[in-house]
This record gives sequence, structure tokens and C-alpha cells, in this order.
Amino acid sequence: MFRTIPISLEQGLAYGLVAIGIVITFRILAFPDLTVDGSFPLGAAVVARLITEGLTPIYGLIMAIICGFLAGCCTGVLNTKLKINSLLAGILMMTILYSVNLRIMGRSNIQLLTVNTLLTPLENLDINRFIPIIIFFFVVSFSMKFLTDTFMNTQIGFAMRATGDNEQMIRTLGVNTDNMTILGLGISNAFVALSGALVAQDQGFADVGMGIGMIVAGLASIIIGEALFGKKTVQRLTLAAIVGSVIYKLIISLGLRLGLAPTDLKMATGVMVILALGIPALKKEKEGKLHLRGV
Amino acid sequence: MIRLENVKKIFSKGTIDEKVAINGISLDIQQGDFITVIGSNGAGKTTILNLISGTCRPDEGDIFIDNSQVTTLPENQRAKFLGRIFQDPLMGTAATMTIEENLAMADLRGKKRGLRLGVSKSRRNHYRDILGGLELGLETRLKDSVSLLSGGQRQSLTLLMVTLTIPKLLLLDEHTAALDPKTAQRIIYLTKKIVEENNLTTIMITHNMQQAIKYGNRMIMLHEGRIQFDIKGEEKMALTVEDVVRRFGAELKDETLLGS
Repeated sequence: MFRTIPISLEQGLAYGLVAIGIVITFRILAFPDLTVDGSFPLGAAVVARLITEGLTPIYGLIMAIICGFLAGCCTGVLNTKLKINSLLAGILMMTILYSVNLRIMGRSNIQLLTVNTLLTPLENLDINRFIPIIIFFFVVSFSMKFLTDTFMNTQIGFAMRATGDNEQMIRTLGVNTDNMTILGLGISNAFVALSGALVAQDQGFADVGMGIGMIVAGLASIIIGEALFGKKTVQRLTLAAIVGSVIYKLIISLGLRLGLAPTDLKMATGVMVILALGIPALKKEKEGKLHLRGV
Repeated sequence: MIRLENVKKIFSKGTIDEKVAINGISLDIQQGDFITVIGSNGAGKTTILNLISGTCRPDEGDIFIDNSQVTTLPENQRAKFLGRIFQDPLMGTAATMTIEENLAMADLRGKKRGLRLGVSKSRRNHYRDILGGLELGLETRLKDSVSLLSGGQRQSLTLLMVTLTIPKLLLLDEHTAALDPKTAQRIIYLTKKIVEENNLTTIMITHNMQQAIKYGNRMIMLHEGRIQFDIKGEEKMALTVEDVVRRFGAELKDETLLGS
């Protein structure tokens, strides 16, 4: 039992970056982006391949971020320039990335236990492994949170938020909303790929199937976090993403302890999201008003 | 200043639903003109504004701003010339963002946006001053989300946003029609004040004949995609509702036009 909390913290913080990415698309851009299920293993695949090729982990991390950014931009181009429905654009990229990830890795998984990763120096410290690792993921996820908060408060950040809020209005103010959508999707998937690259190094392997269900898990995290912090400001949304992600992992590991089969995890997560989205909708329907953004 | 030359717009061209929305309109808008536009539903009033602002492109004809052709220039690149207010008070502001954030976005209309802080301190003081001029108490609510405002307050804010950087041409698309009469009166008064103070060139669509006659120096009536009449100057000043009904009664089938 005493290991549940540090494990949930470690994983929750590492996956918190995925949740921040989903906040940017689903909440800020109001764009239900499904690329995430492909860009998460993309980050892992890129870093695993480059590390096993003998390159430094930092270089691998940077490449993973760039690849994730480009994958997100592709989804954006499919939607804005080729006018493909947002959900379908995400599904197309997710499917294409499955093949791309296999190409990058050359096989369906790469193990990283025997090579030096970014986390190896932290794991070799003469203290309990969890302490430096949790501090590391805490620093990474909160710096990304502050980076996002700061960006969303700049002139471009305003334009991006307005693109998700009132596209017509910000276009009449001279903003190219297509570019904002593409940029936002790029940034979001860069975060997701970074998370995938870090998780692969943390767990010691990259697997082509590690992204399955990532969006649903991320949404569940956001919903939990929003219940605590609300969604009034960007700062609250990103905080909700990280804290929600940790609580989500905690709930999952408690569920497993109480006898939930690991194979049922995704179903349980799915049901959680359905309930969270469905109950308020049913309540609101009675009032005769229904307004859902993004999801 | 703004010129339309034989502009034509056909929706669903080549299909069974083909509809000629604008059927060859030429219009020369002078600096300082305040044009009111009336016409029944489907006459092409909003389409004209869409063509000028670049929301849609004409099938034939050309549009000029200051003698440079803008016919194919996309909407966001025309923004620096134009300010536009829609009928729906929700359309002019971003609801999830704060009052000062909305004003800051409008401050950069048509300008390059960078990684500088969205709301600067000096501008914040300026926003507080101009919000005070609305006399709606918004000057103390800079950090409130716009979703908390009423329709009338949002339309007032939109008006302020549109005129924050002076546009060459102000487009008003029945911007008081969705408001209660008292608020509508307030907005119309504010509009008149801002237009006069800044000598703004304005096109105002209205469903209200009396409004169209009372305001502006030029009145245009559209019918089935054509300009039915175009009254300016002295003649416009002396115009009364009775005149319009007597002269154009036959075309005024839409009784809503005569409502007050």
C-alpha cells in the first residue's frame, strides 16, 4: 500500500503533460483532437530509437518534441486546409502514426532497461529511487504548466483562445484562425510526445500500443481536476490537468488493489468519462439548455 | 473610398437551389458617409456586408478600398480597414475571456501579434477610462469574464472594441435588433456619438424605417439583390416615412419595415 502513492505521483505527473496537451486542444481550441493516441507512442518511439542508436537522451527528447509538434500540425492542416472533419483528421493521423511508429522503431517495441536514459543518473543516486524521479517529473510538468499559462497570456495566446471561443470574432480582428488551430495542435502534440518520450524512459521500454486509450485517460484526468479547480482561467485548467492526472492514477491503482482486472481498466476509465459528461448533460437538459465545449 | 463595381453574388451556383443574392450592385462610398440600408428579408443586405468584409467573395465584379483592389483579399487581411458589429450580441466578444482581454485583442485589430504580454499596464488604464464612458459600471469589472455580462452590455463592449482602433469603415448589421427597446436606444445613441466623434464612415443595416431615416446622410434600399433607391444629401435630410411610403409604396411589401 505504501508504494501506491509514490507510483501514482510518478505516473500522474508524467502523464500530466498529456492532460495539459488535451486541455490546449479540447478546452482552449475547442478542437477534439484524437492525434494524441498516436503522438504519445511517437515520442516514445523517437526517443527509444535514437537512444539505442547511441545518441544522447536529451537529443532524443528534443527530436520527440519536434516530431510531436509536426504530427499535430498535420492534423491541423488536414482540418483547416483540406476541410476534413476535426475528429476524422485526428483519427487519420493516429492511424498513420501507428505505421510511422513501427517504421521508426523497426519492430513493435524497444526495451531501454540496459541503456543509459535521461533518468539513469537519477536512479543511480544513493537514495530511494522515487524521491529524485518524482521531483524530476514535478519540475517538468509544472514548468510546462507555467510555460502554457504564460503563452496563453500573450498576444498570440489571446488569439488562440479566441479562436476556440469565437472564431468569427477574432477573424474580423485580423487573425488567421487556421494558423492558430495548426499552431495549437502542434504545441499540444509536442507536449504529448514529450510525455511519451519521458514515460518510455521511466518504464524502460517503448511500445507501439502504449498510446491506446490515452485521450480517454487524459479526459478523465481533466474532468477530475476541473471538479476541484473549476475551469475559469487557463491557470486553473492546467493545474486541473496535472492534479487530475495524479488523482486519476491514484483511483486506478486503488481500483486494481480492490480487484479490478488490469484488462478492464480502459472500460472503467471510459465509463468514468461517460458518467462525468453525461450526468451534467442530463441535468442541463431539464433546464432546456445544453452547451458543451470541445467534448 | 470604398467602391463596389458591378458586384454579383450567386449562392449554390449551378444547382437547383441557385439564388442570386446580389444582382449587379455598384456603390461608391465617400469618406465620412453614414449610410443606412433597408430592405426586406433576402434583399441582400447582409450579403453586401459579407462581400465588403471578405466573409464571402463575389462571383462577378470588383471591390476597392482606397483604389486598391481587395476582391480576393481574405477576411483577416481586410480587418485593419474594417470594424463590424453583428446582430447577435454574443458574436462580437469572446465569452470565456475577460473584458480587458477582449479589449486588448481589439486593440491589435489588423496588427501583428507577438509574444508580448496580452494586456499591458498602460493600456489597462486606458481601457478603464473608455469603459467609464459607457456608464455601465464596467470600469470596475476589467477582470470579469464577458459571459457574465448582459446582451446589451456585451453589445456596448463590442461597439467600444470596434472603435478602439479607428476603422476606415464601420459595418453595423442590425446591431440593435436583438436588444430590448431601451437598450437598443442606448446602443443607437452610443453609435451616433462614436461615429460623430471620430467622423467614421459607416454602413448601418436596419429593419427599422424610422431609424434609417433619422440617422445618416444617405439611405439605400435593397430589393432582390439590387439597389432600389439611393437617397443622399438634402433630399435625405428632408425625408419622412410618408415620403418613402408614397414614392416606393409598391416595393414596400414587407410591413416589418414600417414598424417603429
